[in-house]
Amino acid sequence: MSTTAIALSDAAARPLTLRLHEWVTTVDHKRLGILYVAYALIFLLVGGVEATIMRLQLVRPHNNFVSPQAFNRMFTMHGTTMIFFVAMPLMFGFANYLVPLMIGARDMAFPRLNAFSFWMTALGGLFLYFSFLGGDGLYGAGSAPDVGWFAYAPLTAKTFSVGHSTDFWTLSLLSSGIGSIGTAINLIATILCMRCPGMTLGKMPLLVWLNLVMAGLVILAVSPLSAAQIMLLIDRYLGGHFFDTQAGGSAAIWMHFFWIFGHPEVYVLVLPAFAFASEIIPVFSRKAIFGYPVMVVATIAIGFIGMSVWAHHMFTIGMSAGANTFFVLSTMAIAVPTGIKIFNWLATMWGGKLRFATPMLFCIAFLFQFLVAGLTGVTLAVAPLDWQLGNSYYVVAHFHYVIVGGILFTVFGAFYYWFPKASGKMLNEGLGKLHFWLFLIGFHLTFDFMHVPGILGMPRRIYTYEPGRGWDIWNLLVSVGVLFQAAGVLIFAFNLVWSYSRGKPAGKDPWDAWTLEWSASSPPPVYNYATIPTVRSRRPLWDLKHPEDPDWRYE
Amino acid sequence: MWCLIAAESAIFTIFLVAYLFYIGKSQTGPRPGNVLHAPIFYTFCLLSSSLTIHVAVRRIAAGEVAAFGRWWLATILLGATFLFGTAREWNHLILSDGLTVSTNLFGTTYYSLVGLHGFHVTMGLVALTIVAAFYFAGRLGREHSDRLEVLSMYWHFVDGVWVVVFTVVYVMGV
Repeated sequence: MSTTAIALSDAAARPLTLRLHEWVTTVDHKRLGILYVAYALIFLLVGGVEATIMRLQLVRPHNNFVSPQAFNRMFTMHGTTMIFFVAMPLMFGFANYLVPLMIGARDMAFPRLNAFSFWMTALGGLFLYFSFLGGDGLYGAGSAPDVGWFAYAPLTAKTFSVGHSTDFWTLSLLSSGIGSIGTAINLIATILCMRCPGMTLGKMPLLVWLNLVMAGLVILAVSPLSAAQIMLLIDRYLGGHFFDTQAGGSAAIWMHFFWIFGHPEVYVLVLPAFAFASEIIPVFSRKAIFGYPVMVVATIAIGFIGMSVWAHHMFTIGMSAGANTFFVLSTMAIAVPTGIKIFNWLATMWGGKLRFATPMLFCIAFLFQFLVAGLTGVTLAVAPLDWQLGNSYYVVAHFHYVIVGGILFTVFGAFYYWFPKASGKMLNEGLGKLHFWLFLIGFHLTFDFMHVPGILGMPRRIYTYEPGRGWDIWNLLVSVGVLFQAAGVLIFAFNLVWSYSRGKPAGKDPWDAWTLEWSASSPPPVYNYATIPTVRSRRPLWDLKHPEDPDWRYE
Repeated sequence: MWCLIAAESAIFTIFLVAYLFYIGKSQTGPRPGNVLHAPIFYTFCLLSSSLTIHVAVRRIAAGEVAAFGRWWLATILLGATFLFGTAREWNHLILSDGLTVSTNLFGTTYYSLVGLHGFHVTMGLVALTIVAAFYFAGRLGREHSDRLEVLSMYWHFVDGVWVVVFTVVYVMGV
């Protein structure tokens, strides 16, 4: 502790410009991790404001809060921002911070590639938001992109989207895609080559396993997206015809290319969420994770099957019966390994000595909500039902259940769990519980009730609707939920800032946890470990704390 | 590097799928059968460069730096010859046959796919040339053979992709 205290007072003594310069030029995995996360949190607020604008517009029929054009921009920017500049950087940030610490390494395999990847992602976000200023070009054609987050052809053709907004969109995804691929390569190299002595693949923490599979998926999924963006650029700048139906091109092939990225992307985001749950649930149940090998196998199965389900996003475009059948079956098959995981988490909690601290609360909510999200997913996998519900608010409710109810909840849990490690201070538990309950209530108000107008036939992406179709009350409730969610997020942001300066000191290991990162000081020094640790089991800190009954006797 | 190759393979796969999907879908000429001639000689150059780079890395691992230099320069020469071949082919296609990216679907997919590959050859040549500069500066020794091995993996990958591109464009496409 004394060395960190000296380091902190050192940091305070240096002038601001010097400290900023250190952050900009850093290649330290912990600082880059924090940069990723901070960057994502800023965009979380921006994306949240965009969502709020949409919900205000839809709060009652024939509302005139924003123009139809602005509404189109809002849903495009909300989707793109939340996926590429909130969810991805959050996951990469946590992976960057935690993976080297958990495997007992001093840094990532390629620290400079790591910094390059972060700044490419940051550049992508700037491209996207610069479109508000530069999207007009000389055409006076409106600012930010308004083609939807999956940007179907021919909306993206020059004819239908003059100006530069779509160019900024595609450049933004291309450059953040390069960053993602760089980080994925880095993660795989780090995990495969830099584990500390004794840590065989079978002894890695589950978080590391899940991030390994996630990185593999990024490589296989984000590359096709980058290829498709290059094609779109060729179409828009060189007069190519890839997606130009007038010259024999195909709009459907863009859909295929996009969803070959788009569906694995869901697993890219959800696997790290599973990873957080797999670390937090055992620690707060005071039991080792149930069925470690099965968890690993289920993860890999999700990785493989996840690559072959993309066209379930496209049942409504009229594919052949054979293709429909294949994608129905593969989509249903992926529910099996996911179900295995849910049972394993429940079995970990079963008979455990549960501690209901904030990280655990978020993970328990995740278990229930992710189950519901998976079940609505199975209903959408049934092609005939999908023809009925496709492109309705039912779909919107389903994927928000996955991304907010599943992924964002575990991310919040992860913040409460690892913030003490990164800052040396505990997050305030009272504010944390308030955040949890407000967000839980808001989430269920918004996304439970959003299913209903979808079943009643309300299509997504409409800027207003007629009264008297039975949608009014549901839309009102959905919008009211946003208030609770916004309040929760603001309390969370306040908690981060307040606890950073005033929080209780955390010490090395506030949760009495078992993975290696809790053996380093909080925050860890630049070099992580003065001597590289040696491990003999999946819970090295348990072995240290209980030398009379170590894990390695049983594994 | 294996991961990078996996990512690159995914990108090439998408471009290849697009090419295969659009074969015969162009609404106007020129069509591949009328204008494409398989560049056998240049393909031979590129593929043999895989052999020369392999020998070069073997030589430097054995500590024979001078022999390494000869084989390395031969690799650069063969790669550059291949690029020259592509340039001549494109020059002919554009000026005599009037085929550009925007002419028809064949033009779009052909220039994208072959161009993507040519871009990778160019990047490889840049890297090879930087190594050659170190060689001439006398800064290269046996201890670098591992790194050169990684670069040679990339070069083999680029050559391997050409086999697929060649098959798709000049054999299946015409």
